[in-house]
Amino acid sequence: MASEGAAPRGLGRGFPADRAALIVYLMAGYPDRATSLTALRAAARAGADVIELGVPYGNPLADGPVIAEAARVAREGGFGLAESIDLAAEFLAAEGLDAPPIALMTYLNPLMRMGLPRVAAAMREAGIAGVIVPDMPPEAARPWLAASAGLDTVFLVAPTSTFERLATVGAASAGFVYCVSTTGVTGERAELPAELGSLVEQIRGHTALPVAVGFGVCEPAQAAAVARIADGVVVGSAVVRRQGDPAAVEEFVGSLANAVLFARL
Amino acid sequence: MSDVFLPSAEMAYSSPDAQGFFGPYGGTFVPETVVPALTELDEAFREALNDPAFTGEFGELLQDYVGRPTPLYRAERLADAVGLGRVYLKREDLNHTGAHKINNTIGQCLLARRMGKHRVIAETGAGQHGVATATAAALMGLECSVFMGTEDIRRQSLNVYKMRLLGAEVIPVAEGTGTLADAVTAALRHWVERVEDTFYVLGSAVGPHPYPVMVREFQKVIGEETLVQLQGRAESVPDAVIACVGGGSNAIGMFYPFLRDLPAGKRPLLVGAEAAGLGIETDKHGAALTKGAPGVLHGFYSYLLQDDAGNPLEAYSISAGLDYPGVGPEHSYLKDEGLVRYEAVTDTEALAAFALLTEIEGIIPAIESAHALALLPRLASELGPDAVVVVNVSGRGDKDMDIVREAGLGGE
Repeated sequence: MASEGAAPRGLGRGFPADRAALIVYLMAGYPDRATSLTALRAAARAGADVIELGVPYGNPLADGPVIAEAARVAREGGFGLAESIDLAAEFLAAEGLDAPPIALMTYLNPLMRMGLPRVAAAMREAGIAGVIVPDMPPEAARPWLAASAGLDTVFLVAPTSTFERLATVGAASAGFVYCVSTTGVTGERAELPAELGSLVEQIRGHTALPVAVGFGVCEPAQAAAVARIADGVVVGSAVVRRQGDPAAVEEFVGSLANAVLFARL
Repeated sequence: MSDVFLPSAEMAYSSPDAQGFFGPYGGTFVPETVVPALTELDEAFREALNDPAFTGEFGELLQDYVGRPTPLYRAERLADAVGLGRVYLKREDLNHTGAHKINNTIGQCLLARRMGKHRVIAETGAGQHGVATATAAALMGLECSVFMGTEDIRRQSLNVYKMRLLGAEVIPVAEGTGTLADAVTAALRHWVERVEDTFYVLGSAVGPHPYPVMVREFQKVIGEETLVQLQGRAESVPDAVIACVGGGSNAIGMFYPFLRDLPAGKRPLLVGAEAAGLGIETDKHGAALTKGAPGVLHGFYSYLLQDDAGNPLEAYSISAGLDYPGVGPEHSYLKDEGLVRYEAVTDTEALAAFALLTEIEGIIPAIESAHALALLPRLASELGPDAVVVVNVSGRGDKDMDIVREAGLGGE
C-alpha cells in the first residue's frame, strides 16, 4: 500500500511556528477499516496538524473506557499493528505531501511480537513519522531506539515526573514531548488542572522540542486554553467517540482547529 | 550432612539486577505516571530491608499473628500411596487466612505504613489475596479497596463478604472476562490515577520492578523454614521440591532459598506445576511457561500467552489462582536457565490429587496446591521408590468446596 520510497516525515513538521498544533487521535480500524480511513481523511481536511493513530490492543493500560472500547471493536474486526500500519500507508499515499504526519500510538507488546526491526522497517516504508508507546518509559526503550532510526519516538511526562525524569524524558524524546495533563487514564475531563501551565514550562526547561498536552481535553474552549500554554493539543477520546460518523469527526475537528487557530489572537 | 546447607562460595544465584531484570525478564514497562512511584517504592523497600525495626516487626507478626513457622509434615500414607520414600508437606494452608498470601500482604502493608500511605489497593482472583490484604489493612488501620472481576465475584461470594466484613471496599471489574488479569489491569489503572496517596499491594511475584523481588523477599520465609525443618529432621537435601505456579509467589518463596543457599549440583530438583486446564493442546489452559512466548503484560517482560498480534490471551484453569496468562519473570529466567523444571497439570489430575490428600491424610488442599500434589506420581516413576520429595501446600481448600462439588467429588 505504501507509496514507493516514501521518506519518513518527522513529527516536528506538524507544529506550525505561530500557533499550537492540533493533534487528533483516531483508532485504527474502528468501527471498521473503511470508516476509520474516511475519518482520517476527514480529520486531515478539517485541520488536524498531526494524527495519532491508535493501534488496537487487548490490554490498553493507559486508556480510558472510550478508547478501550474502540480498541475492542477494532480487534474484533481483525485489526492489530500490521493492519494499522497498512491503513496509515494507504492514507499517507493518497494524501501525498499535504498529509499530516502520523504518530502510531501503540503498546509495547505488539511491537515486540512483530519484531522491532521488522516493525520499524514497515513503519518507515509506510511513511509513518513516529511512535508513542505509553508503556515504554525511556529506561526501557533502548532496544526500540536501536531498531528505529528515522522514526521519532515520543516519550511522555506526567505530573508525577520528578525533576530528574523531566531531563531524562526531554533528552530521550524526538518529534515532541507528550505532557500528560493529569494522573490517570485517557478520557474526557470537565476541568484541566490549574498547575498545567507550570508543568509545561518546567518541561520546556529540559527540551527544545515542542511540548504537547493530552489526556482530558474534550471541547474547543479547553483546546484553546491548552493552545495558549503549550505547543500542541492532543484530543483523543472526544474524537473517537464520534469516529463512527466521519462527518461528525470533520465538524468536531474543525471546531477544535478553529479554537486552536484563534487561541493566541 | 549439615554442611550442604551452608552458604558456599560456589553459589552464584544473584538475580535480579538493579533494574529488576532476571536475565532478559522483568523490568519496568509502565506509564510514566507511575515510574516515579516505583522508584520511590524500590528505595523504601531496600531501606526497610536494612532496618532491623522493620524486619523485626515483620518477623514478629509472621510468628504471632500469621502463626509461623508453619509445620513441615511428613505424610506417610501419601508417600505410600504415590510410591515415594518420604513426602513432606509444607503447611502454608495453616497460616492465618488459609494461604501463603498473608506473608506478602503483611510485608507490603508494613511498608505502606512506613511510607506514610494510608490507603492500599489490591487485585484478587479467587479472593485469597484480597482477603489477606483486607486482613493486613484491618490490622494496621489502612483504608483498603480490592479490585475483583465480576465473574470471580460471582464464583467467590463468600470471600467478597469476608473482605467487606474486614472493612474493605470490593470494586467490581466488568471489563474483559471479569477475572484476575482484568482485575490487575483495573488496579494498575486506578494506581496510575491515585498514585500519590495509594500503595498497590500486588499479590503475586509479577508486575513491574520492584514487585517480583519484593514479593519474593516477603515469601522466602517458606523455603527458609523448610531448609531448617529438613535439617531438624536430619534429612539430607531432598530429591525434589514441588510448588504450583500461577504468578508464582508461593513457588518462588519455596525455591529461592534452595537456589540461594545451595550450590549448583547440590540442589534438589525444583519443579513448578502450572495449570494445563482442559489440556495444553486445547486453548483452555494457563500454562504460560509451557505454551507461551516472551512478551510484556502488566509492566513486566516474561513468558505470556498471547496471539499473533501480541494481545494477551485469556487463561483458563479450574483454579482461579492459576488462571493468569503471564507468569512471574523470575520463573521465566529459571526455566530458560534450566534451574527449575515446569510441568503442566490438568484440572482432572489436580482434582484427583485433591481427593487423594483429603481422603488419606485428612488435609483439604487448595485446588491450586493440588496441582503441585498431582506431580507426585510422575516424580515417583522418575526418581524411584526411595526418593524424598517436599510439596508446598500453598493454601487450604475451603474456598473450593463449590468447585469440587460441581466437579463431582464426594459423590454429589
